[in-house]
Amino acid sequence: MESLYTSLAAFLALILLPPLYRVLRGPTVFDRLLGASVAGSKTIVISCLFGYAYGRIEMFLDIALGYAILNFVGAVAIEKYFTSREAAR
Amino acid sequence: MNTMGDLAAALLLGAGVLFMLVGSLGLVRLPDFFSRTHASGKVDSVGMMLCLGGLALYEGPTLTALKLILVIAFVAVSSPVAAHALARAARRSGLRPWKAPGEEDAPR
Repeated sequence: MESLYTSLAAFLALILLPPLYRVLRGPTVFDRLLGASVAGSKTIVISCLFGYAYGRIEMFLDIALGYAILNFVGAVAIEKYFTSREAAR
Repeated sequence: MNTMGDLAAALLLGAGVLFMLVGSLGLVRLPDFFSRTHASGKVDSVGMMLCLGGLALYEGPTLTALKLILVIAFVAVSSPVAAHALARAARRSGLRPWKAPGEEDAPR
């Protein structure tokens, strides 16, 4: 099972590239936020898979839980900031 | 029984990674922000919940599996809220949905 976890984590790290492309080249600021949110949710899964691959799932699972909360709070806070401004281009 | 559980966990992990792949491709290929929100929902909710559910099934009844299910429950609540908030902010800041090249305006 450990080799499955490592290969799945490597594949997920490979398909982190499309959201990063969207973050770099997004035409509006909301596209960039969407790409960052997708990259964050993939990072949560990668962190859990690393926990199983290294045999220290307790520590990595706490990191994943904190990352999930930070992802949500960051997205909502930045969305509030850009709603209050008129032209968010 | 144990090998059956491992097989089911591996199947759930593979399905979740497949959803993540499809969502990432959609994030690059779809034409505007509102349709990209649809692709991001695949990655955020379905892909992540399938992957973490597969890990919880592999773990068995322990505290770690309970924490994994807690992460799944939090994401099931927070990811649609974040996507909806982003789409509403985009709409309020003046972004309009994409239309195909010969399609007239829909009635408001």
